[in-house]
Amino acid sequence: MSRISEAFEKRKALIPYITAGDPNLGITEKLVYALEKAGADIIELGVPFSDPLADGPVIQASHLRALKTSLADILKLVKKIRKKTQIPIVLMLSDNLIVKYGPEKFYRDAEGVGVDGVIVPDLPVEEAIAESREPKAVSRIFLIAPTSTEERIEMIAEASTGFVYLVSLTGITGKRKDLSTGLDALVLKIRKYTDKPIAIGFGISSPQTAKAAAVVADGVVVGSAIVDIIAKNKRNPLPKVSKFVSSLRRAIDR
Amino acid sequence: MFKNLPDKTGHFDKFGGRFVPETLIPALEELTSAYEKAKNDPQFKEQVEYYFDEYVGRPTPLYFAERLTEKLAGPKIYLKREDLAHTGAHKINNTIGQCLLAQKMGKKRIIAETGAGQHGVATATACALLDLDCIVYMGEEDTHRQALNVYRMKLMGAKVIPVTSGTMTLKDATNEALRDWMANVQTTFYCLGSCVGPHPYPMMVRNFQAVIGREAKGQIMEAEKKLPDYLVACVGGGSNSIGLFYEFLDDSGVKMVGVEAGGLSLKPGKHGAALCEGEPGVLHGAYSYLLQSKTGQVLPTHSISAGLDYPGVGPEHSYLKESGRVEYTNVSDKEAIAAFKQLSELEGIIPALESSHALAYLKKLAPKLDRSQIVIVCLSGRGDKDVESIKGL
Repeated sequence: MSRISEAFEKRKALIPYITAGDPNLGITEKLVYALEKAGADIIELGVPFSDPLADGPVIQASHLRALKTSLADILKLVKKIRKKTQIPIVLMLSDNLIVKYGPEKFYRDAEGVGVDGVIVPDLPVEEAIAESREPKAVSRIFLIAPTSTEERIEMIAEASTGFVYLVSLTGITGKRKDLSTGLDALVLKIRKYTDKPIAIGFGISSPQTAKAAAVVADGVVVGSAIVDIIAKNKRNPLPKVSKFVSSLRRAIDR
Repeated sequence: MFKNLPDKTGHFDKFGGRFVPETLIPALEELTSAYEKAKNDPQFKEQVEYYFDEYVGRPTPLYFAERLTEKLAGPKIYLKREDLAHTGAHKINNTIGQCLLAQKMGKKRIIAETGAGQHGVATATACALLDLDCIVYMGEEDTHRQALNVYRMKLMGAKVIPVTSGTMTLKDATNEALRDWMANVQTTFYCLGSCVGPHPYPMMVRNFQAVIGREAKGQIMEAEKKLPDYLVACVGGGSNSIGLFYEFLDDSGVKMVGVEAGGLSLKPGKHGAALCEGEPGVLHGAYSYLLQSKTGQVLPTHSISAGLDYPGVGPEHSYLKESGRVEYTNVSDKEAIAAFKQLSELEGIIPALESSHALAYLKKLAPKLDRSQIVIVCLSGRGDKDVESIKGL
């Protein structure tokens, strides 16, 4: 069983997102350990890109701060982290970074250093299938949106490995006060086609919304709210990030 | 054989495609099928033609530039006068087409990106004409550089939103327009300004702009009884050039040259020559040539002409480059400015700085050709918008 599947077996998965290299790779490494300790089950590491299309202002700004950090640097970091923890690590990155790195080499290297999964928000499932990259050990997680048609839901659920990522809203990443309505119906629609775990992301930024999402799905991704704390506490974001993630954990488990 | 692309999935051989978040894919599918339906609908075609003739002022003249021809002492030079189209550039061909399609699809809210403001103005114009709501994203830096165009858009009822993310230019305005579309996809039509972006945009924009080449072909056959030897046009995203080239792609005797922005120099960050200096990558929804760093970050660009100040290029151009059908080159800011002045003095036509890049290339091309040969240059826009910045140099 893969590390990702194990994480979902255990409990409702809490998946915090941080941008690698923000504010620097040293702190990113420490944050990974701190996130695990605070109750994270999977870590989503963003790879900085000059034009992150699916992201709102908070994560965009983190990418710009970390822009000197390359994909190769981040793969090296994962290798280092793997000596200390087995927590599943999923990379979230724009397709151009993979194209430039070389898709085959990327998936080979990602597997080699112990990356568990890859999310490419601007690579829809048909382009991915057409490119016929076939990673063996690295899961490929595709996004389902509220606008996805039933036909597409089936295709995406089928192509995804590890888990299915449900985008909670039509729009970009960023904090929202409430969770979108209708998510439970959307989750049921996906469940018609797959028994793979479903994680909900985009817009989840408080213990309340995390809890609400965890009730309907198998996992919850929280990004902007954490990245915002890091931005406001650049010197030592660890205490405040840990405190916040612990509060998410408690809310989900309640 | 060059004219039957893209394929059903929006690919020009390996270029093009749809590289956008899932949220937008169903909207792109809806747009593709609405466009395909409209394209084969005689009523829609008639409607587009009506506005082209009665409102845009088509056909635009194919003007024999006698004094320029004399000066360059080479081939006969004809100018396709898109500068005489309403709003002063070819951009209106596309916005009329797309906004009519939006109306047909029942979408009342139109968004657009703009660099110098030409596409923004053309979108605001079509929206005023067709009673649609218009929101234009424009890099904050550009709103200052092109304050007059901001005012023109507002005058026609458009809302201009200054973009403060990234480098605050066209690339970032495009990012913001796509982000807006993601958030408002059910109610909104994205009127994209060039032959870039995800499928069906490169195909659809090309088809609306292809009127340029169709007219030019008829006009040159009438005037010269033969096809031209060369077509020359500037390439930023590439909509005026593909508009001129498309009709001639299968005429193997017609050579074509796309002229990119050589900027200050060909050092990274100092130009906008994606096809000459870039390599394939993914930006704004398509796989195409892209100016990028060694690690895959999109590079900043520079050009004296805001319309060419863009790190990407339409995927069909990438295909035409790799297939060898079209030659791509570049000229510097300085060469473009000299051509800007030369046409003003010789012909009494002030060309847009974008079009001046195509004109500047004539200086290199003309000595290689003889007097019996014919060159058509796409004069994609008028230069009134650039007078201020040239004056300031």
